[in-house]
Amino acid sequence: MLSKRIIPCLDVKEGRVVKGIQFVDIRDAGDPVELAKVYDEQGADELVFLDISASHEGKKTMIDVVRSVASELAIPFTVGGGIRTLEDIKETLRNGADKVSLNSSAVQRPELITQGADYFGSQCIVVAIDAKYDEDAGNWRVFTHGGRTPTEWLVTDWAKEAVKLGAGEILLTSMNQDGEKTGFDLPLLKVVQEVVSVPVIASGGAGSSEHFHEVFTEVDADAALAASIFHYKETSVQNVKAYLKEKGVPVR
Amino acid sequence: MIGIIDYGMGNLFSVSKALERIDVHYKIADRPKDLEGCDGFILPGVGAFPDAMRALGEHGFIRFIKEKVAEGAPVYGICLGMQLLFESSQEGGETDGLGLLPGSISRFPGIDEDGNSYKVPHMGWNQLKIHQPEQPLMKDVKDDHVYFVHSFVVRTEDASILYATSDYHMEVPAVIGKGNLVASQFHPEKSGRAGMQLLENFCKVMCKQ
Repeated sequence: MLSKRIIPCLDVKEGRVVKGIQFVDIRDAGDPVELAKVYDEQGADELVFLDISASHEGKKTMIDVVRSVASELAIPFTVGGGIRTLEDIKETLRNGADKVSLNSSAVQRPELITQGADYFGSQCIVVAIDAKYDEDAGNWRVFTHGGRTPTEWLVTDWAKEAVKLGAGEILLTSMNQDGEKTGFDLPLLKVVQEVVSVPVIASGGAGSSEHFHEVFTEVDADAALAASIFHYKETSVQNVKAYLKEKGVPVR
Repeated sequence: MIGIIDYGMGNLFSVSKALERIDVHYKIADRPKDLEGCDGFILPGVGAFPDAMRALGEHGFIRFIKEKVAEGAPVYGICLGMQLLFESSQEGGETDGLGLLPGSISRFPGIDEDGNSYKVPHMGWNQLKIHQPEQPLMKDVKDDHVYFVHSFVVRTEDASILYATSDYHMEVPAVIGKGNLVASQFHPEKSGRAGMQLLENFCKVMCKQ
């Protein structure tokens, strides 16, 4: 049976991990490779690196990070942030990333999803969707540019379209729940799960092991992503997995 | 020296780095003549089956691989590189493979025997069920989880080539082999401890590096 995946997410800026990470016993707490190793040892099933560099140099540095991670780790990882062209996709995957995550660029140029999927296969193309509940529409609206820009898309329509265009996975972040630590956005995940046939990664809202259990049993998410709960050592990947195992959820 | 077959369709970076981690020397080449003399060969592969067969042919590797297998040289096919070893695939229309192993490749049906639909690709960590622990490739490989990503799957009547399988709504051939020709559906270099053990067994036990 396929196990449920736990995925820590690391924000990388100019080649360094940001967002106060509180690991001890690491010489260089800002080094993405060192942190990736720690999560690997804890049993992370996959990692996501989000490049939030503002400069061109920062983007170049990110490729070095990708190479280092691929050199040292034997688990799959996804790279997102600032991937805008097929060339960017090629460069990222050729340097050792297993998947790329497209967000704003996919909404702006949907053909990028298809180009990437045709070239490398759907399994390499993750479409990340940031969604926020829209009272008037009675549905969730898709936002781009780090949640700053609303789009015309409703989440179910965009998720379906992304899969049709070649997305192999959907990374779905609830803007309502993000950072709240009150649990994943189950209603949002449910509506998207119902309309797509590819794996859905739940993101936004993880605050405890119970929340992971909830998202895997109540909406059958394939994977769950979290950042701060792991970074701030509120729990560890091991603890979450031990809890899930005890509850009968298949984990590695 | 392990020869990595480069026909333009593999993630060569991660597999070569994995070999470095276990201190194995390797050579990457896109022409057969540059790989002559290697002790064993790795055939990686991502992408579509018909494109891969075409690319193998263009690089002159079809004959090369068949010769090496006939000579008994150790060869390890990874992911699509495993599927290419079989007789044919339905991916992108019926396409002939290398025909070195009995069986064919078809898409996961996406619907199980009870009529329930399930997700394709088979993506994520799944547990190995070891059938032939006595094989040199399987030395010290436990029933660990390995990382799968594939929409097409091997169908074979020949249970003797199944070293390990995994369960995803059907029995999925995960590690296969026949003599010195071995392969895995998953990327060993992305599959944690079990995957690294397989690579190490191939290089050190089978190729004596």
